Parts: sequence; structure tokens; C-alpha cells
Amino acid sequence: MAFAREALRNIFKKPVTEKYPFERREPAEGFRGRPVWDMKKCIGCGTCVRVCPVKAVEMIGRGREATIKHHLERCIYCGQCAESCPVKAITMTPEYELSDTDKSKMLHVYERK
Amino acid sequence: MSGSTIKVIIGPQHPALKEPERFILETEGEYVVDVKVRIGYIHRGIEKAMENRTYLQGLYLSERVCGICSDAHTTCYVQGVEELLGVEPPPRSRFIRVVVAELERIHSHLLWLGIAAHEIGFDTLFMYVWRDREIVMDLLEIVSGNRVHYATNTIGGVRRDLNDEKIHKILKGLKTLEDRAKEYLKMIQKEQTVLKRTVNVGILSKSDAIKYGAVGPTVRASGVKRDVRADDPYAAYDEIPFNVIVEDGCDCLARIMVRSREVLESIHIIREALKRMPGGEIRVRVKPRIPPAEALSRVEAPRGELLYYIRSNGTDKPERCKIRTPTLANIPSLCKMLVGGYIADVPIVLAGIDPCFACMDRVLVIDREKREAKVWTLDMLRRYGREWYRKR
Repeated sequence: MAFAREALRNIFKKPVTEKYPFERREPAEGFRGRPVWDMKKCIGCGTCVRVCPVKAVEMIGRGREATIKHHLERCIYCGQCAESCPVKAITMTPEYELSDTDKSKMLHVYERK
Repeated sequence: MSGSTIKVIIGPQHPALKEPERFILETEGEYVVDVKVRIGYIHRGIEKAMENRTYLQGLYLSERVCGICSDAHTTCYVQGVEELLGVEPPPRSRFIRVVVAELERIHSHLLWLGIAAHEIGFDTLFMYVWRDREIVMDLLEIVSGNRVHYATNTIGGVRRDLNDEKIHKILKGLKTLEDRAKEYLKMIQKEQTVLKRTVNVGILSKSDAIKYGAVGPTVRASGVKRDVRADDPYAAYDEIPFNVIVEDGCDCLARIMVRSREVLESIHIIREALKRMPGGEIRVRVKPRIPPAEALSRVEAPRGELLYYIRSNGTDKPERCKIRTPTLANIPSLCKMLVGGYIADVPIVLAGIDPCFACMDRVLVIDREKREAKVWTLDMLRRYGREWYRKR
């Protein structure tokens, strides 16, 4: 009987499930989405490459000339690169709709201007 | 075995939760007389992979041993590494570890309660519980920045601090959760749908629980007061007073009750931890290279005692990392519970230990027996269980 009352109460409530593609939820503050490199700050030290647990970051060249390649399909969004970066050039954006059927879109290249 | 027994094979596809494992039941009529378990379908080689990663990278790998108790795994791992280094994490970080660990316990227990309800065919309860579980998932996202892999712990402390705004949100969420948890606790005790399928089902007596080395809520449901948080306090558990929840029922209902009451106890622990939390630093910086040493670390994961053994050799990578997850410890008692019960009760008894086979699979035990067998999937078994009870 205890449950019948609960069930009755819920009949008059609207569904809890969000209608996802039409209603988007704001991610919480501090959510770890796609990391973005700020190449103006980057000194090309390669720390992000070294700490990455899944080898999602590649660096071509060295120092101020270096180009960063970020493989989204490997990234686990742990945020260790952003944390370890000595010049805070990496930020974790709240971007979360990152899947794609085209593999080339999963590669983000950060070049010096 | 006599000639009259029939083998019923459950799995390897999804015997309890959505994970592969195989159970071979010897049955006589409606009774299960013997159980054989074949584990190892999702052996992922994580322990070996640990050896090829630095300690910091291994942290994220240990988190991925289990998707549900990911925080317990990292806590256990970092405790081991901190012991190797001889580093004490700052007091505030220890309290934050408690908060995240208990939030995780609430989420894991609610998840399990939903699954248990689903196994006995009570999908309405399953839906309600999972709806309310979203509250704690949101809290975890607020605290750590992610719903599942929190990445809160790091070697030498935690990565994120709690501010007043976050604490306020946690307390508000806990209030709603507490009301709901109390409601469910009342409901379970009265609801015939639950009682008829769980009372005196999957009995594991107190002496058997000790003999087979059961851990976590499974052993506590058999009246044994065993909890790593109280017996060998880690993080800040020694500074927070709390009760170890014990039930004497020894059956599936007792397992449901233990977990439901632990949800309330966890809410209490989080409140106390937030109240007593000291200020100060949340992490200390550590060196990447670790001198040769050995460490053994224990944590009470939502499912029971989790154990990590780590050996360092002076480089920045561990030489050996051994993980013993609670499900593996509960498998012998699970076999004991199944024997003597009805085939129709197998799903709820299996789910009763809250198995997590993906984390368990690191040992390969191969059992080769080729006899005539009939193969069932769990869905077939679950349907059979419901039909069988309806006819009764």
C-alpha cells in the first residue's frame, strides 16, 4: 500500500526526463569539457604531452615554434594537462557535444599565428 | 552429481548487471544444487598496464577499473602511493575525500536498489530510485566537475576545493535525498512486492559469511560488524563519529536494508564532515620518482573492502600493482547463497552482492566441463522467475 500512494502522487507530475536534443542542460560550474590551448601563452615545454594518461596530445617542433595536436577521440577529459601546465595555457571548456562520425573533426590542431 | 540434475547456464551475457560472466547451475527440479562460476570474460590487463604508466597516469587508469566506485579506486591508489612516498595529505583534503567517497556510496547504493527492484520485476521502484539518484549525480558534478569519473583525488591531496556555495548546494541536495531515502526505507519494509521475493532468499549465515570471507554490505547483512572505515580508518573517518550498519536477516531483504540504511548514514557522515572540515591547503606537491618500497592500502568501497598493493622500484613507474576488488571476495559466498535456492531466485541473489564483474576480472580461473547443458540468458531467467512466482 505504501507504494500505491507514491505512485498516485507521481501520476500528476510531469516527466523528469529532459527532452535532450531540444532541451539542453547547462553543465555544472567547473565541468571538464574539451580542453583548449591558448597558443599566445604556450611555451612549448611539452608538459601536457608527458602527463597525458592516454597520449591524446602531440607536440610537433619545440619551444615557441611548437604546434600542438589534440586528439579528441583519445581524450578522457581528466584535465591533468590543464592542471600541470606551467603557464596556464590550457583551459577546460564546458563544451560537451563532441562526438562526430567524421574522424578528421576529432583532431584539433593549434598552430602559431 | 547424479544423473537427474540438469545444468542451467546463465551468461556470459549479462547475468546480473550489464556485464558478462558465466554461471553454471546444477539443478534438481526447481532447486539449485551446485554452482560453478567462470570468470574472466572482461579481463582488461589493467594491472599490467599500470606498470607502463607513471604514477600520475596510473591514477587515471585506476579510476577506470570501475565506473561506479571510481572514487574508491583512486582513494585506495593514492593512499598506497602516499605511503610509498611517506607523504601525509593535508587535513582538509582528507575531509574532501570523505565527502566525495560518501556521495559516491549514496549513488552506488541507490543504483543498486534500483537494479534489485528491477531484478524482482518491480520496475516502478527502479524508475523512482533512479530518478532520485540524479540528485546525487548532480551533487557529484558540482563537487568534482564530472558525473562518473570524478578525478578528485591526486597524489598528495585533492584537486578541487569546496567553497561555501558548493557546500550550500550539497546540504540542500542532501535534505531532499534524506527525505526520499527515508521514504524508500519505509516502503521497502511494508511493500509486499519486495518482501515476497526477498525474505529468506539467498541465505548466508553469519558463520558462512565469516568463513567465505564476504565483504561490505553482504557481510554486514549477515550480522557481522565489518567495515574498513571503522576497523582501519583512512582519510578522515577517524575524526567523524558514525555507526556501522548491521542487519541480522542474512537474506536478500537484509542486504537491501543495509544499503538503504547506509544511504542515510552516509548523508550523516557528509554533514559531519562538512561541519568539521578544517581550512588550509588541499594538496602537497610530490616528486614523480618514488624510492623502492611496498605499500598495502585498504578502502571501504560501496561494495566492500577494496585492496591495492603497490611496489615501487625507484623509477616514476610502479613495478607491480595488485588490485583486489570486493566482488571477487564475495564470489565464494555468492555460490553458497545460490545453493539450495530456487532457480527463480537466482537473479536477485546474484544482484544481491552488487557484483561488478569488470572490476573483478583480473584473475583467470578456467573451468572446463563439457556436459549437456541448456543455455539461458538472464532476460529469459528473469522472465522465468517472474512467471514462476506468479503461478505460485
